[in-house]
Amino acid sequence: MPGEHFTVAPHWEWWILGYFFLAGIAGGSYALGTMLRLVGDRRDQPAARVAFLIAFPVLVVCPILLTVDLGQPFRFWHMLIDSSSGVPVFKYWSPMSLGAWALTVFGIFAFVSFVEALVLDGRIRHPLGNRLARALSGIFGRLFLVVGTLLGLFVAGYTGVLLSVSNQPVWSDTWTLGGLFLVSGLSAATAVIGIWVWRRRDARVTTEKLSEADRYFVIIELVLLALFFITLGSVVSKILSGGWLLLWLLVLAGALVPLAVHFRPAWARQVPPLVPAVFALVGVLALRAVIIFSAQS
Amino acid sequence: MARTVGFFTDVSLCIGCKACEVACKEWNQLPDNPVQFRDSYDNTGQLDHRNFRHVRFLESATSNPDKPVAWTMMSDVCKHCANASCLEVCPTNAIIRTEFDTVFIQQDVCNGCRNCISACPYSVIGFDSQSGTAKKCTFCYDRLQNNMIPACAQACPTQSIKFGDLAEMRQVAADRVTALHSQGQTQARIYGDKEYGGLHAFFLLNDKPEAYGLPSTESAVLPSRNNAAGYLGVLVTAVVAAIGGLIAFRRRGEAGPERPPHATDEPGSRTVP
Repeated sequence: MPGEHFTVAPHWEWWILGYFFLAGIAGGSYALGTMLRLVGDRRDQPAARVAFLIAFPVLVVCPILLTVDLGQPFRFWHMLIDSSSGVPVFKYWSPMSLGAWALTVFGIFAFVSFVEALVLDGRIRHPLGNRLARALSGIFGRLFLVVGTLLGLFVAGYTGVLLSVSNQPVWSDTWTLGGLFLVSGLSAATAVIGIWVWRRRDARVTTEKLSEADRYFVIIELVLLALFFITLGSVVSKILSGGWLLLWLLVLAGALVPLAVHFRPAWARQVPPLVPAVFALVGVLALRAVIIFSAQS
Repeated sequence: MARTVGFFTDVSLCIGCKACEVACKEWNQLPDNPVQFRDSYDNTGQLDHRNFRHVRFLESATSNPDKPVAWTMMSDVCKHCANASCLEVCPTNAIIRTEFDTVFIQQDVCNGCRNCISACPYSVIGFDSQSGTAKKCTFCYDRLQNNMIPACAQACPTQSIKFGDLAEMRQVAADRVTALHSQGQTQARIYGDKEYGGLHAFFLLNDKPEAYGLPSTESAVLPSRNNAAGYLGVLVTAVVAAIGGLIAFRRRGEAGPERPPHATDEPGSRTVP
């Protein structure tokens, strides 16, 4: 049940919106890359490499956005190290503390997989790179990808939990935000990978599979959206008033247009893959924007 | 721990003189408020980084035509909760519990993430863009360390704000409620006995808490209540989405027998045509 709220807004705005958006893409890309690598066939491997090539550069932007948003950016390291005692700060019950560590550790996994993808793509020709790729080719490599994926999915989803673990209206009235951000992050990652894959002839064969995966992600997202509104109860009026409706329309268009195209009706056969991908990205951005800003208005 | 201290603010004695606000601003060298016309004697507005004390002027309509508006004054302040939401979520350990059992933001540790602001259910904490940190009532930590009483309590001319050992303050409050009840003021009640494990700055109210902008006992809940459900939502979604992804990406035999990816993608062999 929604509670009474007598809080003020923390003014998490554009930098945080950017972070939430990119964290979803980075974590989602890594997870999709792993799935393509582990269960896809040989022809899906270029697309898997594309996913890893996207995950790390996108992830690199995330801590920059978070740092810029701080009131004291040069104290960003206080998130990880207690400045009084010099020992690590790890508060598992605080999603922000947990997220700071997850982002750091996931960065290592994303970087290693990024370098491996560059080596396999022939963009890096160095004995050390070849050694890395060989080291990751066996069971250890699979285990590495699975652990990295768990961290990536956490990074994509904890941002929603971070909002929920507060006393702000809307955010703290629902348990759905973590799942919603996770699955919409996967959907956005599918869109970005899809755009890149379409530009690479050797990877284009995976387009159909990406389209099918996104179909599932969008359906899960729509279910979670319904649960989101149900769990809000009377607080729902706060996010449906005025201009927020426009953003919700974008959210719906971002989910329904790609879904319609993925089912390949006759009218959609000529639609270039860029169109549903752009709709999906705009919809995912709008979802985060409306949740972040409307609750603080 | 030196001693556990507490504020007992009795709204039935508050006359709205704002001496507490002035004393607090002066001692803590807080900046001026921007000039605003609020159509009220409450020209402070809210607790934030500029105002560690705020005298609320709560206006309500009455049935008396000669006195159509009734005022209630209440000197609001950080509650220094025993289970503090701000302290719970702070990722840097900038928010600590002092030897006086009060809640204190270390200005040299805070990095201005504002997580505490989103967590505080009493809208006490403000973000100071000049210092880039979160600020709130310190319970006059520096004065306590020098055996002085907080500036607001010292300045209050009506003893509406009382300061002392927490247990002693609770006894004073209980006696006061009993006295008011015997005078027919049956609405008098203590706010802060149960909420958040007991507030170290607690109040005698003449109405239900919501009338003073305070969450009810049922609504006074910690942010961490949403941890389990939130992460469970993430976990279930991740599992369902992963199943969807695995179904979509599964091998379909169109490329012949599967080989490990590295067997086909020899390091150094560029596959981009």
